[in-house]
Order: sequence, then structure tokens, then C-alpha cells
Amino acid sequence: MATTLKKTDVVIVGMGGAGGVAALPLAQAGIEVVGIEAGTWLKTTDMVPDELRIQRMGWPPGPQKVRGEAPTSRANSDATAVRGSAAMINAVGGTTMHYMAQAWRLHPWDFAVVSETRRRYGASRIPAGSTVEDWPLTYEDLEPYYDKVEYALGISGKAGNIKGRKIDGGNFFEGSRNREYPMPPLRTTGFMEHMTKAARNLKLHPFIGPAAILSKPYEGRFACGYHGYCMSLGCHLEAKSSPAVSSIPKAMKTGKLKVVTEASVTRIEVDRSGRATGVTYIKGSEEYFQPADVVFISSQTMENVRLLLLSTSAAFPKGLSNNHGQVGKHYFSHAQFGSVSAVFPMDLRNWYGTPGQGICCDDWADDNFDHAGLNFIGGGTMYVYGERRPLAAVNAVQNPGGPTWGSAWKKNLINAVDRTNGAYMQRSTFPYEGNYLDLDPTTKDPMGNPVIRITASFRENEERISLFVGEKMREWYMAAGASQVTGNGMVRAGSAMGNSTHAYGGTRMGRNPDTNVLNEWGMSHEVPNLAIAGGSVMGTSGARNPTLTLQAVAWRTAEHIAKKWKSIVG
Amino acid sequence: MTEPEGLSRREMIVQTGIAVGAALIPASAEAQTTAAPVPEGQLKTLTRLEYDTLDAICSRLIPSDENGPGAREARAARYIDWGLSGALNSPAAGARGRGGAAPAAGTVATVREQYAAALAAIEAHAISAKGNSFAKLSPADQDAIVTQLQNSQIPDAPTGFFNTIRTHTIQGTFSDPFYGGNYNGIGWEIIKYPGVRTTVPAEYQQWNVELKPNRQSAYDHDMFEKGAL
Repeated sequence: MATTLKKTDVVIVGMGGAGGVAALPLAQAGIEVVGIEAGTWLKTTDMVPDELRIQRMGWPPGPQKVRGEAPTSRANSDATAVRGSAAMINAVGGTTMHYMAQAWRLHPWDFAVVSETRRRYGASRIPAGSTVEDWPLTYEDLEPYYDKVEYALGISGKAGNIKGRKIDGGNFFEGSRNREYPMPPLRTTGFMEHMTKAARNLKLHPFIGPAAILSKPYEGRFACGYHGYCMSLGCHLEAKSSPAVSSIPKAMKTGKLKVVTEASVTRIEVDRSGRATGVTYIKGSEEYFQPADVVFISSQTMENVRLLLLSTSAAFPKGLSNNHGQVGKHYFSHAQFGSVSAVFPMDLRNWYGTPGQGICCDDWADDNFDHAGLNFIGGGTMYVYGERRPLAAVNAVQNPGGPTWGSAWKKNLINAVDRTNGAYMQRSTFPYEGNYLDLDPTTKDPMGNPVIRITASFRENEERISLFVGEKMREWYMAAGASQVTGNGMVRAGSAMGNSTHAYGGTRMGRNPDTNVLNEWGMSHEVPNLAIAGGSVMGTSGARNPTLTLQAVAWRTAEHIAKKWKSIVG
Repeated sequence: MTEPEGLSRREMIVQTGIAVGAALIPASAEAQTTAAPVPEGQLKTLTRLEYDTLDAICSRLIPSDENGPGAREARAARYIDWGLSGALNSPAAGARGRGGAAPAAGTVATVREQYAAALAAIEAHAISAKGNSFAKLSPADQDAIVTQLQNSQIPDAPTGFFNTIRTHTIQGTFSDPFYGGNYNGIGWEIIKYPGVRTTVPAEYQQWNVELKPNRQSAYDHDMFEKGAL
């Protein structure tokens, strides 16, 4: 039997990128919050810039529940689903502990794809079979929350548009901001300056991307050390602005947030009327029931959906908040596959730096260009950065048909090791009929519960964007003097989307309860005291990393709960 | 040119304007477990003959030549010798069966045993084919035998051993000096990697500045806990 704990106001499932942000406005409003996290606190002393250690000891430290529940994947319902690997990690702060830390706002167009496409090009241009809807909120609605998150976490960047006024050095295409970033962008490098010049020659609008990485000391934390071991390793200086070093400690300081680590939530419980009563979790070998007035699920997309589907009851026989059959629908993962890479005739000096320190061109993203003569909507960002580690760099040097050892190999290695660069291109991806998440009929996690089965494929629109942006990326590298450019960036229509750190939908926000799990505030249409945050709430991806957007939405949902406490709790 | 010790801390202070406080380097002092050092000239795992053969192979895989030092100078063989008593000695392909059953013909149970079998086979082949110990052969004769190893033409050498020794030689040359290879940062100097730092000065990301190797291990920075060898 589960031990019943003292009731709390709000229980948050997952103290990661979303939940770790949501906790702050709740705690600041005086609401008692218990945050339940499957992982543990990571220490700066574990963030060792040593490639062999990372390989051998496994990263990250602490229990990784997410690996046991890694989803299966198939392109369509005729294919056999095969087990993949987990995309995310478990830790306080979640995957923001070791992510690339690009901290983008979506563009106004991303919130209104359907209405804007109809208005500019006609309804026939909505991709066939897509279930895309306008968000139930606009960019302008979310702007104040982007701002709050940027300042609470510490985001570096340069505004390109403040109150409608274009600012040199920022993103020419971004939506209007109320004020500047809390600190300047990360510094530039020789390589970034070189790529910037080439982009300007092509009449593009290059800028340094925004990052959840401190360019200056901020609220007692150090600035970035640019040491080159940022991606897939946490920050030894706490300069990476994860909630674990920003919003969570701030929330804990109010005395209102209690974080329970190494605890795995297995079910959301409901009463006969269909209200959530709390969550059941396992810590060690003990089972606990944490009662709460509001349940706030904020794990990654796979687990948000799985928890709902596993939480069946008399009121919700198909899973919690799933009486309209929308849980798991409208799933998509970002089209990030399809590479374009370059070899340069000179060393790039890219040994140091961080992936968040890069140059972006937004000219071919979203609706920043006229699509009238094109056969797709949306687009992609083109982004280049440098971060090179010695062992990985040696192993990455290609010498097709050439020797694999000896003096000739070594000569090629020395010549090539610091001359390659791969582009990071993120493209608009849309939800489609036939793409969904459900429970796998055979594959189970170590506790015996089914894992998520992904059934999803990219379609024509994604393939056409990928080839279009791939060609633009090739042009940029060529303009920068690359001696060789490889790959066309193609994301093939019909290929499996699979799992991703950028996984969207499954508990989409929207006004229509027939097609959306959540309302415009991120609260369930069916369960009045259930909130959800994370990538699963997003109905479009834009052409950029999701984290800052899902954090802004999480903050907005949390603030809504605080403001409407009496009506939500009843 | 070697940078003075402790520069990284100074860099950090210069860059952030804040001295490194106790909060940032918690627990590391008591939590560090220093690996038992192996005295200079002594071996940890291999026999002297095995080591000499191995070192000679490493020196052909990444030779010292007109383009600078190689795996021998980086002491890749020492990395392997140390590692075979630790992290490198994982069960190899074709490992011993359940209940300790003998390995199938042509396979060996651990990476250590794989090295023993392979180095013995290479040495025997050198003597029978070239009339001398592998380590004493000319570079051209050694290269011929390494080519045979790559093509699985050395009698009794375990299958796939070339890939194993190549991977380990690369690790021993280009990984952190903590593990016994990359002696004095020589491997990183070969590829012009300027070294592990906790903070990097802005000019080290510019194109008009000559980068100086700092020849430091990650563990020369006292903020990190040491791992096992």
C-alpha cells in the first residue's frame, strides 16, 4: 500500500526545463509546491572536460529512468516498431543541464500558421493531411512570459526588434520585444566572423543566436568559460542557465518548493468526479501517494503522454484527459536530419566555444520570405558554431579510400582535423493525420508498464523545406570559401520521425476540445485541476529549439493557476 | 611554451571579475581518489616483451616523422598498459561463455587476453617471416607486418585486433594525459589542440592569435573529481 503524504497545493511531475520554471511563479505566489524528479542533483565536480571519462562513466550521473522507458518507433502503422534510445536525461534541470542552450522565441507566424497561410497564399497551401491549427495564443500574448523567463534564467542575446523598432546586430526577422535581453550575446570567434562576412556578401542577415548561457556574471553565477565541453556535459561554472541553477533555487528560497529526487511517478489519481487528487510515485522500494489540489505534469513529451495513457480510471477509461481521444495525437519531432557539412582550406580554430555560441541566418525560416512561387510553407534556420574535442575530432576525420594509419594518415589528420564544420538546420515541421503516440502493445519498462510507441513520418512539406534550405546552406559555405561541401540536407518524405529532444504534441493546446487536450492556459479541457507543460503542449515547432517557448508557456500556465486558484481548486 | 600552473584560475578571475569561491569547488578535495601511480619505467600489466612489441606497433600506427612526434612519444603503449589493468580490460568479442566455459576456437575472453594472444602472434610471425623480434625490425618490415595484421593475415592473431589496437593507440595519443598516454600533451600538440582549460580567453577563439598548448590534464584543475584509470 502506498504511504499517503501530507497534501500540497500543487504537485509538479518533473523538475526539468518546464517544471523547474513553473515552480517559480507558483512559489512566489505563496503556493506550496512539491516537485517530483526521477533524476538527481548534478554537481559541478562531475562536469569534467575529459572525453574518456564521459565515455566510460556514462553521462549523466544518477538514475536514468528515461532509458528504461525509451519509446519504440515506426514510420507508419504498417511498419514494425523498433526500440530506440531515450532522447532526454533525468536530473534536476532535466536535459537543460547539458543541452545546446539555444534560447529562441518562436516567431509570430509560428503561432498563426493556418490563418497567416490562408491570408497570404490561400487555404490550399496548408500541407495536405496536416492537423495544424493556430495556437490558442499569439506571440504577443506570450511575449511578457518570454521576457520573464529570459530574465529569471539568464539568457544572452541581442534584440533585433524592440517595440517594432529594428535594432542592428539582432535578428532582423524576430517578433517585437518589449526590451533588450538581460545581457549581451555570447562573444564572437574568428570562425563566426568569417561566416558572418560570407553571409553579408549573400545579402543575408547574420546574427549571434540567443543562448541560455551567461555572457556576463549574473545573479551570483559565473560567465561562460567557452571551454569546448558544453554539449552533452553540464557546465562546471553553472553558466548554462538551467532551471537547476536559476529558477529552482529561487523557488526553494521562498520556502514553498520542496524537491523530491530519484522518485518515479507511475500514475495520476482521480476521484469519481474526474478531478485529479494527486500522484503515486515510487522512491527506493516504497510507494507514496502525494495528494495535491492541482497536478502539474511537466515531463518530456513521451512521458507526459504515457502518464496520461497509463492513468486509466472509471472517469477516464482511455487514459486521463483522453475522453476526446486526443492524447498522443498531433505528435511530431523536429526535422533536424539531413546534413550539410563543409571542409575549409584553413584551420577554423574551433577547438573552443560552445554550440550556443554561433551565427544564425533566419532569412529562409518561417514566413520570412515569399512562398508564392514555392511548393511548401515554413522554412529553416541556418546555424553554424564550433565546438571540437580532440579525441572526437581525430575520429571524425574522413579519409575516404586513403590509409587509416601511418605517416600519410597522420599528415591528412593534421591537415583536416580543424577544418570541418557541420551546419545545424532546424526546419518547420507539422503534425499530420496518421502520426501519433500510443502505448506499445508489447514493449514494457522495467516496472512492467508499456512504453510509448511512436508512429510518425515526415511528409512532402518537410522534404521540400529540407532541400530548399540545404541548398541555401551550401551556398553559404561556398561563399565562405569552403573547398568541399557535402550533403544536401534532405529529410525524406515518408521517413520515420522517431524520438527527439525536440518532440512536440501529444497534449496539444487549443481552444477546440475535440482536437486538443489542453485549453489556451495549458489546463486540461477535461480535468479542471490538471495542468501540463513541456514540448507536448506545442502545436507547431517553428524552425528553432523549443525550450524557451515551452518554458514561457509553463510560466504562463503557472501564473494562471496562481491567479485563478480559487476557481481552479473549487 | 608551457604556461604557468594555475593560469586557468587566473583566466577565470580575469574573465568573470570574481574569484573562484568555495561554492564552486565543493567536496573535490576530499572526494578525489588519486590513482596509484606507476613508477617510471615499470609496467602495470604487460610483460616487457609484450610492451616492446606494442610500443613498436603504436609507433608505426602514428609514427614520429617530419610532421612531428607520434604515438611512441605520446606513450600510447603506457596508456594501454595502464588501461589493461582497468577500464580497457572489458570482456572482448567472443568472451567466455556462461559458467566460465572455454572461449570458442579463435576467440579470447578479455581484452587483456586478446592483447597477449595478438602480441605473441605478431612476435612469432616477425621471427619466422623476418628473422627478428618485431621491435627490432626496420620500419618498412614493421609496416609490412602491421599491414598483414590489418588484413587478418597474421596466423593466430585474434580477429579484429587491428581495430582494437588502432582505437587504443588513438585514445592513448589524444585523450587526457591522466590516463597515462598523451605524455606532456604531445598528442594534442600533433593536432594543435591547445589543451583543456576551465575558461578560455577570447583571443583563443580568434584567427590572428597563435594558440599555446597548456599541456594540462583536466585533473590539473582542482575543481574536478578524478575517475578510475
